[in-house]
Amino acid sequence: MALTQHDIDLEIAAEHATYEKRVADGAPVEHHPRRDYAPYRSSLLRHPKQPPVTIDVSKDPELVELASPAFGERDITEIDNDLTRQHNGEPIGERITVSGRLLDRSGRPIRDQLVEIWQANSAGRYAHQREQHDAPLDPNFTGVGRTLTDDEGNYRFTTIQPGPYPWRNHVNAWRPAHIHFSMFGTAFTQRLVTQMYFPSDPLFPYDPIIQSVTDDAARQRLVATYDHSLSVPEFSMGYHWDIVLDGPHATWIEEGR
Amino acid sequence: MTKIDTSRPESVLPTPSHTVGPFYGYALPFPGGGDIAPVGHPDTITVQGYVYDGEGNPLPDAFVELWGPDPDGNVSTTDGSIRRDPASGGYLGRNGVEFTGWGRIQTDANGHWYARTLRPGARGQSAPYLSACVFARGLLVHLFTRIYLPGDEAALAADPLLSGLDPARRDTLIAQDDGRGTYRFDIRLQGEGETVFLEFQ
Repeated sequence: MALTQHDIDLEIAAEHATYEKRVADGAPVEHHPRRDYAPYRSSLLRHPKQPPVTIDVSKDPELVELASPAFGERDITEIDNDLTRQHNGEPIGERITVSGRLLDRSGRPIRDQLVEIWQANSAGRYAHQREQHDAPLDPNFTGVGRTLTDDEGNYRFTTIQPGPYPWRNHVNAWRPAHIHFSMFGTAFTQRLVTQMYFPSDPLFPYDPIIQSVTDDAARQRLVATYDHSLSVPEFSMGYHWDIVLDGPHATWIEEGR
Repeated sequence: MTKIDTSRPESVLPTPSHTVGPFYGYALPFPGGGDIAPVGHPDTITVQGYVYDGEGNPLPDAFVELWGPDPDGNVSTTDGSIRRDPASGGYLGRNGVEFTGWGRIQTDANGHWYARTLRPGARGQSAPYLSACVFARGLLVHLFTRIYLPGDEAALAADPLLSGLDPARRDTLIAQDDGRGTYRFDIRLQGEGETVFLEFQ
């Protein structure tokens, strides 16, 4: 029997109810998905069964994980943050500006760090050879960008509104439109890869990947806000999305936290 | 709410993690990602292995990031791992001279990855190790582990992490010496011989 959307809906609802009950019973809020989230079928054989071993970083400030790789001007080109200018012609689709701040858990900006993005084109097709679904490639759009954050932790990309696309988790599975983001912090412990979504996407309830974040408030933090002040006249629609990196970093130790 | 109010600490909550999905391959990996050691450096080691799922099948769609100190135990603050070419928009590759300490390696169609880096020096109370972070389709949150090198049994025995582990699990963190500076380190995401994964607090 092919797995239907209804089957997945029931599983998503059950996972959500289980989480809500745990929290009601006093368990901590979970900001991240559990790696074992069955509605997303690819997770089944790819999550550890043993709990992770906890390392208390306050016991040794010399841990290499408390430092971060460095990136600089050599690692990007000037137009790497403009995905509409990487080819000879104009890509098809609605131009957007996506901007926000990269912060740590204390709300401090993370400066001069690398932010990488990748995404599907406006038709919902990735420029990846293994992606063969029946939507056109755009010869003027690759969908890869990079930038460094500025002194206030700001990043900014110009790109094209990505389209939703089908996948094979179950019959009639569709991913809501999203942009993949990869970030570094001031410590390697803060490493984050995630996806940014767009406001009010009707596919949210059906998608086991966004629903893997079972906490309602946490899930909202993956959704950008339309920001008219970021819209560029005669050019692009603006979206604001701040990113907060989890994980301990060296400053916490200096403060004795 | 995606404008974070930094005036109130309780409102600064983490952005949730998501899987890298199947299509990062044309975006994140870069040429020379695993060639971390400067060319011809005498302390170069090769680390290689496979990433396996819970049925023992290798993952062709995973990548590993390595981060380690130099042989003296110093952490690099040098950029330039992903040097880009402003003329072509392509990659220049590493310059072969500087050591950034960081690399990113995509598994191949056989689930195999390799890196050439410098033998890490000891820091703090730990035996020498490389930090490793694993990403894959199907993995909703990346996984941290460590690659310790065999040889100095006293240092390994005194390591705060290793000494606290069950002996059978401890060995999943110690690479196998294949001779001539080559080490094997397999990553098992699930099941028998599951690698020890770490969380930092």
